[in-house]
Amino acid sequence: MTATPATPHLVFAPPVNLSGHGHYLHWGFVQISAANIVMIALIGAVFLAALFLPFPKPKGRDGK
Amino acid sequence: MSRRAHAEPDPYSFGSRPYDLVKEFVIALVAVVVLTVVLAAAFSSPDVKAMTIAAWATNDPGDFTTTALAELDSSSTTAGYGPPYNSAAQGQKLGPLAIAKTAGVTHPIDTVDAFVLKPLASVPQNPEVVAAIGAWNSANDDQHAAWTSAYSTALGKAGGDPTKVTPGTYGPVPLMLAQLLNQAQAGSLEGQLMSENGFYHSDYTLPLMFLADGSDLAAEAQTQHLTGTQWGMMNEVGNFPGQPWLAPYTFWYQISPYKTSGNGDALVWGTMGLVGAVLVFVPFIPGLRSVPRLVPVYRLIWREHYRKQKRAAEG
Amino acid sequence: MTDLIETTTLPEPTPDPEPAGGWTGALRRRIFETMPPEQLLPDTQPAYVASWIYVFGVLTLTAFLTVVGTGTVLALKGAAWWHVSGTGHYVNSLHLWSVELFMTFMSVHLIAKFFMAAWRGKRALTWITGVIALGASAFTALTGYLVQQNFDSQWIATQAKDGLNSIGVGAYFNPMDFGQMLIWHVALLPLVVSVIVVLHILLVRRRGVVPPLPVRARDEADTPAPEVRA
Repeated sequence: MTATPATPHLVFAPPVNLSGHGHYLHWGFVQISAANIVMIALIGAVFLAALFLPFPKPKGRDGK
Repeated sequence: MSRRAHAEPDPYSFGSRPYDLVKEFVIALVAVVVLTVVLAAAFSSPDVKAMTIAAWATNDPGDFTTTALAELDSSSTTAGYGPPYNSAAQGQKLGPLAIAKTAGVTHPIDTVDAFVLKPLASVPQNPEVVAAIGAWNSANDDQHAAWTSAYSTALGKAGGDPTKVTPGTYGPVPLMLAQLLNQAQAGSLEGQLMSENGFYHSDYTLPLMFLADGSDLAAEAQTQHLTGTQWGMMNEVGNFPGQPWLAPYTFWYQISPYKTSGNGDALVWGTMGLVGAVLVFVPFIPGLRSVPRLVPVYRLIWREHYRKQKRAAEG
Repeated sequence: MTDLIETTTLPEPTPDPEPAGGWTGALRRRIFETMPPEQLLPDTQPAYVASWIYVFGVLTLTAFLTVVGTGTVLALKGAAWWHVSGTGHYVNSLHLWSVELFMTFMSVHLIAKFFMAAWRGKRALTWITGVIALGASAFTALTGYLVQQNFDSQWIATQAKDGLNSIGVGAYFNPMDFGQMLIWHVALLPLVVSVIVVLHILLVRRRGVVPPLPVRARDEADTPAPEVRA
C-alpha cells in the first residue's frame, strides 16, 4: 500500500478542475498527456494564425 | 548549395512606416496580464502535498523497514551511489570522461550513520534499545553483515512485514529498526535527519534521499505519470500541462543506448549539449542555416513586401 | 532679438585632440555613438514589418515581466505562503500561467526567427543570446519547480539529481538543497536571464529588424532586384 498524498489542496474550486486523473495518449513508445497535446496544438495554431491573419495596412499610405 | 554570406541591406532601404514602440509594449503587457489573470482563475495550479516520512512509515511499514535495513547494510541506492555522496561507485562517464568522479564526493553520506545510528542516538531510548545500539557499535563489520543478511532474507520471506519475521539470529537489528519505525511514525524522523546539519536547515538531501530509497515515492510518481519510462519529465500531476519543450530531452531516455546504459544520464546530457550547441551556432552551420530558404515560410511572412517589390518592378 | 538667439546657441562641437570629460565623457560618447536615442526608441519601423509574427518578441518580453512581477508578490510572503492561503494560491497560479504563456510565446518567436533566418546581416549574436535566454529560462523553471515544497518538488529533485550528478554538476548544484535552489530561483537566475534579455533587445535595436530573404537565392547584392519573382 502506498503512502498516497492527499488530493490537491485548494481553498476554492476552480471552474475547470485539472486536478483529476491525467489523460494520456499512447502511440508506440510515445506517451503524451492530453494537456501537453493541447499546448502543442495551441502553439501551432497561434503560429499559423500569426502567419496567415492579415496585418493592418498603414492608413492612407502605401508604406513605401 | 551554400552561398558566401554577404551584407544585408539597410532595414530602412525598403521604406518605413510610423510605429509606436511603447504603445505596442503597453498593449502587449495589458493583454498578457489579462490572459494570465483569466487562465489562473479558470485553471488554478496543482499542489499535491509532499509525502512525509511519517505517512510513508505509517502506511507502508514494510517498505520503510526494508529501506532502513538497506541503509544499515549499505545496499540501498544511496549507499551504492558513488559521487557526490560516497565512493561506493565510480559515477557515470561520458565516453572516456569520468566527470562525476573528478567533481568528487562533495556531499558525503554514510547511510548507516545518517539514516539509522544518528536518528536513534538523537532521542532518549529505553534500556533495551540502548543495549541494542551498544551491541551494534561494539560488533565488527563481519558480524554486522551476518546480522543484516540474515534479517534481510527473513524479512523478504515475511513479505516485508517485520511482524511476520520468523525468529532467527539477527542481533540488535530488528529492535533498532523497529525503534526507527516508531520514530518515523511519530513524525520526528524528518526533523532528526534535518538537524544533523545543525540548528538552521534548508537542505533536504537526507530526508529526500531516504524517501527515494524506498518504493512509495516512485509508486506515487508512477500514478501521476511522472516516471522516466512514462516520458515523465514532460508531465505535470493531474491534467495540468507540463513542459512539452522538454520532449527533446526526455526522448533520448526512451531509446537505446540511453535506456539501457549505466551511463545513460551522462549520455543524454552529452547529446543535449550537442543539440544545444547546434542550436546556438545555427548561423554558422552550412546546410542547417539554409533551411529557411528551402522551407518558404518566409514568403508568407513577407508577402506584402514581395508584392510591393513586384509592383514596383512592373510599374 | 537676433543677438539673444546667438548668445543662447550652443557652440558647434569641434574635433579635439583630447576629448573632454575623461572616462565619463568617453563612456557617454561611446553609448550615444553605439545607440543614438532615436535608434533605442524609434518611432518608425521598416515597411516590411507587416505581419503578426512580429509581435511574439514583445509578447515574450511582457510575459517575462509578468512572471517576474508575480514572482515578486510570491517572494513578499515567502515560499510557504501559497500552501496556506487562497490568495497565495491564486498568485501562484498567476505565476504558473504567466510562465506557460512565456514559454509558448518564446517557442513561436524562436520558430519564426529560424524561418526568417534572422541571424543574417551581423545578427548572429542576437540569435545566440536568444537561444541562451531559452536555455537559461528552462533552467530557471527547473529551480522554480524545486522550490514549490510539494510532491512535485520531491520527485523532480530526486530525479534531477541523477542527471546533474552524472556530469559532475550535482557536486555543486544540489536540487535537494532548498536553500540553494530558492536563492538561485528568486535572485541569481532572474538576474542572469534579465541581463541576457536586455542584451538581446539592445542587439535588435542596434542592428534593426532583419530584412526579408531575397526571393531568388543569388549571389548578387541584396538590394531590391529589378526582376523579383514571387
